[in-house]
Amino acid sequence: MNSAPSLATRPVSRVAAFLDRAGMLLVLALLFAGCSLFVENFFSLANLKGLALAVSMTGMVACTMLFCLAAGDFDLSIGSVVACAGVIAAVVMNRTGSIAVGVACALAFGALVGLTNGFVVARLQINALIATLATMQIVRGLGFIVSGGSAVGISRDAFFALGNSAFLGLPTPIWITAACFAVFGFVLNRTVFGRDTLAVGGNPEAAHLAGIAVARVKIIIFTAQGAMAAFAGIVLASRVTSGQPNTSLGFELEVISACVLGGVSLTGGVGSMAFVIAGVLIMGVVQNAMNLLNVPTFYQYVARGLILLAAVLFDRWKRRGGLAPVA
Amino acid sequence: MSSSALAFHRVSMDFPGVRALEDVSFEVRAGTIHALMGENGAGKSTLLKILSGAHQPTAGAVHIDGMPRTFHRTADALAAGVAVIYQELHLVPAMSVAENLFLGHLPEQFGFLDRRALATAARAQLEQIGEPIDPQTPVGRLPLAQRQMVEIAKALTRGARILAFDEPTSSLSDREVRRLFAIIRDLRTRGCTILYVSHRMEEIFALCDRISILRDGRLVETADLAALTRADVVQRMVGRELANIYNYRPRPLRGPGLAVTGLAGPGLAEPCTLDAQAGEILGLFGLVGAGRSELLRLIFGATPKTAGRVTVGGAEIDVPSPRRAIEAGIVLCPEDRKKEGIVPVRSVLENLNLSARRRTARAGVLIDETWERRNARQRIDQLGIRTPSARQLIRNLSGGNQQKVVLGRWLSTTIRVLLLDEPTRGIDVGAKSEIYAIVQQLAADGICVILVSSELPEVLGISDRIAVMRQGRLAAVVDRAAATEAGLLALALPVETARAS
Repeated sequence: MNSAPSLATRPVSRVAAFLDRAGMLLVLALLFAGCSLFVENFFSLANLKGLALAVSMTGMVACTMLFCLAAGDFDLSIGSVVACAGVIAAVVMNRTGSIAVGVACALAFGALVGLTNGFVVARLQINALIATLATMQIVRGLGFIVSGGSAVGISRDAFFALGNSAFLGLPTPIWITAACFAVFGFVLNRTVFGRDTLAVGGNPEAAHLAGIAVARVKIIIFTAQGAMAAFAGIVLASRVTSGQPNTSLGFELEVISACVLGGVSLTGGVGSMAFVIAGVLIMGVVQNAMNLLNVPTFYQYVARGLILLAAVLFDRWKRRGGLAPVA
Repeated sequence: MSSSALAFHRVSMDFPGVRALEDVSFEVRAGTIHALMGENGAGKSTLLKILSGAHQPTAGAVHIDGMPRTFHRTADALAAGVAVIYQELHLVPAMSVAENLFLGHLPEQFGFLDRRALATAARAQLEQIGEPIDPQTPVGRLPLAQRQMVEIAKALTRGARILAFDEPTSSLSDREVRRLFAIIRDLRTRGCTILYVSHRMEEIFALCDRISILRDGRLVETADLAALTRADVVQRMVGRELANIYNYRPRPLRGPGLAVTGLAGPGLAEPCTLDAQAGEILGLFGLVGAGRSELLRLIFGATPKTAGRVTVGGAEIDVPSPRRAIEAGIVLCPEDRKKEGIVPVRSVLENLNLSARRRTARAGVLIDETWERRNARQRIDQLGIRTPSARQLIRNLSGGNQQKVVLGRWLSTTIRVLLLDEPTRGIDVGAKSEIYAIVQQLAADGICVILVSSELPEVLGISDRIAVMRQGRLAAVVDRAAATEAGLLALALPVETARAS
């Protein structure tokens, strides 16, 4: 008797494992079916297209926010970056007459803000809440300064195609968002960088001692997050044909809510693209249904908050079971 | 005297994937001090958590004065007169002793805190346990031993008649231990019933009347301590003879392994020079705080060095970082498994592949899932990791199995130097002996092993040579044949101690 088993083991329940893997997708399916049956005009092509378009920006930015959250951080500056990048794109395009230069400047600006966030959080070890709260305000201010305080109309008509054209009957932003889901989902699941991200969020010290360059992973994530927010800002500017310095207030919380709603852990280490897609779409469906039912805006805020709370409680209930995370 | 104040009746406790307690029944007689012993992982803490209401048993019940009771929270247990005093004390450091004593039921008058009543009541309570503490002192300013007294007094102010202690002496000096024992005996004479959990055999025999011994979540025996010898207790705890868990076999040494020259950095009082050959197991002994973990972290590059050289098989590691060290074949299994070793929210598979996937990924980017699954399977088999599946969350595994995963992380890599920091801390004897066997096998394969341990028998049992550290310095390196417990301890003790005592 050299190796008496120290503890008896038993397999985790299959039902619970399934719930953990697909819980929020299941909720989404039920919600979708319910709305289709009971909400008039919900299940129509035009409405569903509108729904998808409405969540497309949240969806894009939620992809990089997923990485941020999975690595144990979050980014509050994205709403400001969306606004400021739109303004920069508009101003540069009007000055230079070149769409490419305008887009490139806006993207570079977003990446620079992200790089700064990443550097301050990962290298200077400042709490992400404080660091990105600061850049959120700085960048919001920069947006107003660059625009002179009001919306900047864009003079290049060709630019509007980005946000307003359609391909195979679906608006371009929806295709972009779908592509983001696919690409970032692949990166998280199937690349070393994606798995490193989850390890960094799950336990930074263990990741460091396993040879993962923790600071570098975080800096790359924040930089990508900034660039992605800037890209969303460019798409938005194209849709509304101007750069608006006061748009997307509270956008960061909307994106984080969508991720958490889907089951991405705020403490890091747990998350998958399926969670994010579920979260983003649940938010979209609820919003859409409430609009169709003519629920007043004030009540919509209350409803969204309650849903988020319910999702977090559900998540906690699941976690009590201590199940394996989705790969 | 024979009526039972507290009884566990057929208590079982399941955690996801793990059965922590199985059908445990025993009685604690009123007015006695009852010892609870068992190896780590035997189920003692789980039992205490059930008693305090932190866990609800999967089956069975706790009986108080013969009545079955269910505690859903600590308040329920307190209401039934049960208080558990944990190693980590549950006091608010910034508040005064008096406020802590009455936390949750402070005396009030018309909604305002009645300071005078509070001071009087607190003083009365402290006098009752005979401890000269000023009730106005913030708890944070008291030494640990006195905080423990405050915790006991706090339990008594809530009318506790059954007190359970979890390793209360682990950070107390001898004098403080004697003081604590006097208070516990005094509690017994006043009719309290005590459940006393400890690893320390001398304490159990000095203090307790009866004993219950747990092993692997089951009750082995409940008996009068007078009827048992220490050897009996140890034998029942481990379930077999302890003598040969190390299984030491001499191995041939195979030339240069690790050489450390003039290494300096945080935690070391002076530059350190040390070498160990391929195929050698070098024990690194010292008291807590002697700089052993710091030395390992410097060798591994986890802490930047300020001077010195580290060479592996004759080649120097130029830019120190964990990544560079791993590439050169140095790997570290850190001391604090939970904080530095595992990623608790990820699966066993993820934890096993955490590092190696950097080498096996296609083009260094795309994960090779087939390889990762096979690697995980192999490590699980090779190390005998007990888990229901590779997809199980690692935090649901026992400490010993977690340690094997941390070790297994490195076994698919070509390693030349294995740094082990307290590899068997907090794990049960069975897993310990398995880990010793693995370590010896690795050394026999030509790996140079540096093993930090605070346990003398372990260091003596497994090492070829033993380096002793004292206050941030390397005090001596002793050969296996020349090493004795007393000799190593004398080398490890701070030099000032002689003068102080």
